[in-house]
Amino acid sequence: MSENDVKTNGFKVVGTRPNRPDGTDKVTGRAKFGADMAAPGMLHAAIVRSPHAHAKIIKIDTSKAEALADVKAVMTRADFADGLTGGDWDVLENIMAGEKTLYDGHAVAAVAATSPLAARDAAKLIDVTYEVLPHVTDVDKAMVTDAPIIRAGTADASVPEGLHPNVVRYHESGHGDVEQGFADADLIIEDSFKTEATHQGYIEPHACLAQMGNDGRAELWCCTQGHFNVQKICAKVTGTDASQIRVTASEIGGGFGGKTAVFIEPVALILSRKSNRPVKLVMSRAEVFRATGPTASTSMDIKIGMTKTGKITAGQGVFRLQGGAFPGAPSDLTAMCAFAPYALENVHQVGYDVMSNRPKQAAYRAPGSPMAAFAVESVIDELCNKLGLDPIEVRLMNASKQGTKASFGPKFDRIGLVETLEAAKSHAHYAAPLGEGEGRGISCGFWFNHGGETAVSLALSEDGTAALSVGTPDIGGSRASMCQMAAEELGIPYDKIRTTIADTATLGYNEVSHGSRVTYASGLATIKAARDAVDKLCGRAAAKWGIDRDAVFWEDGCAKPSGPNAGDFDPIPLAQLTARMGATGGPIVGHFEATPEGAGVSFATHIVDAKVDKETGQTSVVRYTVVQDAGKAIHPSYVEGQFQGGAAQGIGWALNEEYIYGEDGRLQNSNFLDYRIPVASDLPMIDTVIVEVPNPGHPYGVRGVGETSICPPLAAIANAVSGAAGVRLTQLPMSPPRILEALDQQASG
Amino acid sequence: MVEVNLWLGLRTFTGGKDKVEIDAKNIGELLKGLADAYPALSPIIEAGVSVAVDGRLIFNDLTEPIYPESEIYLLQQLKGG
Repeated sequence: MSENDVKTNGFKVVGTRPNRPDGTDKVTGRAKFGADMAAPGMLHAAIVRSPHAHAKIIKIDTSKAEALADVKAVMTRADFADGLTGGDWDVLENIMAGEKTLYDGHAVAAVAATSPLAARDAAKLIDVTYEVLPHVTDVDKAMVTDAPIIRAGTADASVPEGLHPNVVRYHESGHGDVEQGFADADLIIEDSFKTEATHQGYIEPHACLAQMGNDGRAELWCCTQGHFNVQKICAKVTGTDASQIRVTASEIGGGFGGKTAVFIEPVALILSRKSNRPVKLVMSRAEVFRATGPTASTSMDIKIGMTKTGKITAGQGVFRLQGGAFPGAPSDLTAMCAFAPYALENVHQVGYDVMSNRPKQAAYRAPGSPMAAFAVESVIDELCNKLGLDPIEVRLMNASKQGTKASFGPKFDRIGLVETLEAAKSHAHYAAPLGEGEGRGISCGFWFNHGGETAVSLALSEDGTAALSVGTPDIGGSRASMCQMAAEELGIPYDKIRTTIADTATLGYNEVSHGSRVTYASGLATIKAARDAVDKLCGRAAAKWGIDRDAVFWEDGCAKPSGPNAGDFDPIPLAQLTARMGATGGPIVGHFEATPEGAGVSFATHIVDAKVDKETGQTSVVRYTVVQDAGKAIHPSYVEGQFQGGAAQGIGWALNEEYIYGEDGRLQNSNFLDYRIPVASDLPMIDTVIVEVPNPGHPYGVRGVGETSICPPLAAIANAVSGAAGVRLTQLPMSPPRILEALDQQASG
Repeated sequence: MVEVNLWLGLRTFTGGKDKVEIDAKNIGELLKGLADAYPALSPIIEAGVSVAVDGRLIFNDLTEPIYPESEIYLLQQLKGG
């Protein structure tokens, strides 16, 4: 698709703010989330979890639990399929431990009983004998020579010789000559940074209801970001044909990447198969913290050179990511995103994926990018401070543009970073005076976005309305934007279209709702499916008029002859064509199945004012502005919500949230009292500015917006806090004790 | 022939080269050609890679056409949250 094919104006529905189609269901309690599903004769499941960070499983004695009348099934790893290898084996090993438990909370057995209480009581009777092994939970400690080895032989071929076996992947990229670049600099700053693991903090725990017979046919309802992926994984680990497992996605109470992984659904399926009863499995909050995926923690070294006028001459970064007990920490993405906002002639980045005795990290909005931005943008801020330069002007001077060779290699297509910086510079926030004790922080952020396998179906009804089926769970308002895009193409009102998240038996494979891909990819597919339906409608009109299909076009919801030569016919509205479709060729359904590959990358610039109480170390975020390129905002309210949500989660990540492990390797704060996410009273009004630089790869210019908004906050807040405190904060979260410690260290010289 | 830019970490598998030439007309042929020419790259490619063609990031589609004048970068697999 060329840029000329992108529609950028003349929209009638796109760009408006209609009511959300799921709003009434959610405020009245009619919406069904994962734990709301029930079935006659349903059992309840509970999982036995390791109390040790690292231990060999010597024996599992289930006899006492099995002796209980209320217990209908007990399972261990032996009940799963065997013979899996590679990434499939990793997934299974994380679902339920085999020979070793690899982190506190690792599942080792499960039980299904007639009530939740009976299941929990029975789980306590399952006697597991462990041989406790040495453990490590810190990324730097996991890399030293004598660190306990999580799993020997896991490293792939990319890892250079001589590194600890816990280093399982290595990334190196860049271009130019960084040493020459540093030689050309007037000022070089080098610093080290650390961030802690944080959880996505979705309010709804993982939950599912499974029904599986001995014939292998199964029904599964679950809250997930990708039910087709759930189907695929469940089929593999249970040894079943994928097509025999029908998965329906429930409403979802937050995901943010954390519900792209599979933890409990295969357990419920196997318990159902063993008991011949439906089985419901709902995680507790503590289980969510202990056994699902937080983001990776990091340890990073950054070195940047700059001239007196603000030109960045070289950038260098080393990024060590702790990803839990399995490979997969996004060290490569961290490295690739780190310097992406800037046009650098000399740049070099290295990433290490490091295993430890923690739960396997999972995606969390732009996985890896926020941490990289924290480190890089902090050093840029320090350079601006020391050289007396304006932080936005410096970023503008160095900003990536269309044609810039990205830090990760290729040249950028059309991008909107400069536009976000210009909008930030002209925003009233940037010129507003700071209050007593306040600091202001600026940061840019970058994310790739994603396309992925996508299939949709658009069925027209006799009454002229439309039923749109998509396969991407609605995690951010996509049903509204899909209805808008279909309405735009069909020329019928928004509320005459219903969008449904179809189950796995209804559509072709749809990739998980991740990578900010849904409004881009399912949106593109919806537009194409609507155009397919319109083509068929035009064909019916052409047949009625006795003219060629090419002599008919679609406008304002009607088929019309394309000009005087086509004939003099009155326009036929959609409802008139669908009313007789059974007699004019049959049902009219538009389809689109493809792997769209034009997801445009996106950038954001954030401005933050923060106030620090130097007596207590407490930080208040007093003003926050998000400026981001959305390409085209289909439903601006949802786009603004994504911007605000990213900022809010970033505030928690920057100031409060962290996984805290004890000396015993056990998680110390597995609840929302001790792991504190921001609540409304912690947040200022978060202002938003939508920049629209069209993505050439989407018919309306859409770029993903769900992830980029969390890339700048850690850095922007750190820069604001460092300015307010008068000392550079290099470790997240910037909790009161850390701020006081930094102030003490500064005072003691 | 197309010129393929590799990320620096792959030089270990290509005799120190970070640019190689492959005879390919689409991404599927490109990846197969890379694996054939440099067998040590096979596990990396099989584990998953993305490709940038003239700045467009291609995540999955092996049928995406490429041309001798295309700017091609092999990238580590891109995914999101």
